[in-house]
Amino acid sequence: MSLTQTTAVAPPIAAPGSLRLFWRSFAENRGAVIGLGVMVTLVLLAAFADVIARHSPIEQYRTHFLTPPIWQPGGDAAFPLGTDDVGRDMLSRLIYGARLSLMIGTSVASLALLTGTTLGLTAAFAGGVIDIAIMRLMDILLVFPSLLLAIVIVAILGPGLFNAMLAVAVVTLPGYTRLSRASALSELARDYVAATRCAGAGPLRLMFSTVLPNCLAPLIVQVSLGFATAILDAAALGFLGLGAQPPTPEWGTMLAGALQFYQRAWWVLAFPGFAILITVLAFNLFGDGLRDALDPKLKR
Amino acid sequence: MLRFLLGRVTLIIPTFIGVTFLSFILLHLVPGDPIEVRAGERGINPAQLAELRHEYGLDQPLWKQFLDYEMQIARGDLGQSMVTRQTVWHEFKALFPATIELTVCPITFALLIGLPLGVIAAVKRGSAFDYGLMGASVTGASMPIFWWGLMAILVFSVALGWTPVSGRISDQYFVQQWSGFMMIDCWRSDDAGACRSALSHLILPTCVLGTYPLAIIARMTRSSMLEVLHEDYIRTARAKGLMAPRVVIVHALRNALIPVVTVVGLSVGGLLSGAILTETIFSWPGVGHWLIESIQRRDYPVLQGGTLVVGILVILVNLGVDLTYGFLNPRIRR
Repeated sequence: MSLTQTTAVAPPIAAPGSLRLFWRSFAENRGAVIGLGVMVTLVLLAAFADVIARHSPIEQYRTHFLTPPIWQPGGDAAFPLGTDDVGRDMLSRLIYGARLSLMIGTSVASLALLTGTTLGLTAAFAGGVIDIAIMRLMDILLVFPSLLLAIVIVAILGPGLFNAMLAVAVVTLPGYTRLSRASALSELARDYVAATRCAGAGPLRLMFSTVLPNCLAPLIVQVSLGFATAILDAAALGFLGLGAQPPTPEWGTMLAGALQFYQRAWWVLAFPGFAILITVLAFNLFGDGLRDALDPKLKR
Repeated sequence: MLRFLLGRVTLIIPTFIGVTFLSFILLHLVPGDPIEVRAGERGINPAQLAELRHEYGLDQPLWKQFLDYEMQIARGDLGQSMVTRQTVWHEFKALFPATIELTVCPITFALLIGLPLGVIAAVKRGSAFDYGLMGASVTGASMPIFWWGLMAILVFSVALGWTPVSGRISDQYFVQQWSGFMMIDCWRSDDAGACRSALSHLILPTCVLGTYPLAIIARMTRSSMLEVLHEDYIRTARAKGLMAPRVVIVHALRNALIPVVTVVGLSVGGLLSGAILTETIFSWPGVGHWLIESIQRRDYPVLQGGTLVVGILVILVNLGVDLTYGFLNPRIRR
């Protein structure tokens, strides 16, 4: 009887969970919460694009070339943000573009994270020649301006969304590798790693299940900021005609298509770029907030 | 000091070889045979193909080809454009001043505005100004500059007519080329109109390309100043009764500048990335524009040589920053 009572009373006294603690320090940063809000909205837009968008992103309305947005004279209620040069609905294209941008961000960030972390951990654990070889390779990749390197890779592989994503992943690889190597090295010097090793854990177990979880915080931040870079760089490649190809509603590609008309029709230019800005900004704000919340050293 | 210098210089040799290897492998990764690509759609008969392959050393083993390539670069030969038949170095040399203009001006612009803004934000920490500047800074760092540049053209050139849309100078002026730097050449030609025209062409690209470094510099200056302002020597300076501006500018800023200067130096690569986009938007006849065109024309030797030069340039700039840093800060010389 008394036993059940104690258990019933216990929860309120218990310290708040680590998740709640995290949220508390994260929510202090208003920018980060706004960023998270925008991210959630984008995910919803992307997930329900088929329901929300009123038109197909690639359907061309032959009677509505370069229709201005609804609040300008000549606007049409069917096309709230106007249409582009071949009569496609801007708003619908933007909504479908969110799907692409999130897909690009996710694929690039996870590819770079997986490869980079594996390389970084291998370098930290193996040391010696392997360490030097991996880190020198990363130094060489870092020498080239990132967009130039991405452009060269796409030039070799041929233009297209997939190759552009691959190129951006390669370009962002050194960041993850250096970060995971550095934090793995500092963890390796700790006593708990020595203890696990003495207990007979093999190198793989040591790498991925002992050390890696303790290196995660900076990597999570890097992923969030890497999302922003990936979306920005992929859009830049699209803009240069090397990324997603028309009629794909990728925001950077839409801007490239707007080049011939933007002096007459500002909306063809303004909205896709604004969408890129808002998305990248949201991920950057979120990443900054995440870093402040996860890194106790930066807390004041 | 000499040991530090030699150490840093030897460290770049493997990077250097790696960069040349990367640019060497570039041509070999392009699908198809380089000679057949060069011959284009006209085609080529097998006997000629074999002969040309031999002439270019393509029948040699890969390591031999790489050694030959290294020797070729050591002689200063970066290859030849397939389209214009000019050497890559010749083309690069002619276009490079335009790109330097488009690197130096934005950095100067960013420093002139970013430093004071960062200092003010640090001194008035927590104020509306501080929050506003940090918000603007993260926005600037998230800006897709290709869009930003086009929007600037739309507003300032097309709608308001304040600045020209593209190019380096109006067609009506002919300026004798001497240094390749438009401003210097205009100055030498003593033509006030040409000077004004060149300057007005430079304003918009400078502001657009300077946005990202401006955002980063303001942010770095602020956080670096905040750190320094907590140091004991600042308290000592204040306790001595020195005026607040003197403490901030002479005592704090000088020490806060070191990380900022490093960031500026290391961001040269980033600026060159931005220059590719900015040059494309403003039709600026520089290296970035040239590289993009080389892709569109499938002029692979230009892409290869140009990328290599840019890579070497970044290595040298980074080395320079490293050495200056060691010079400024004796603690890292060991």
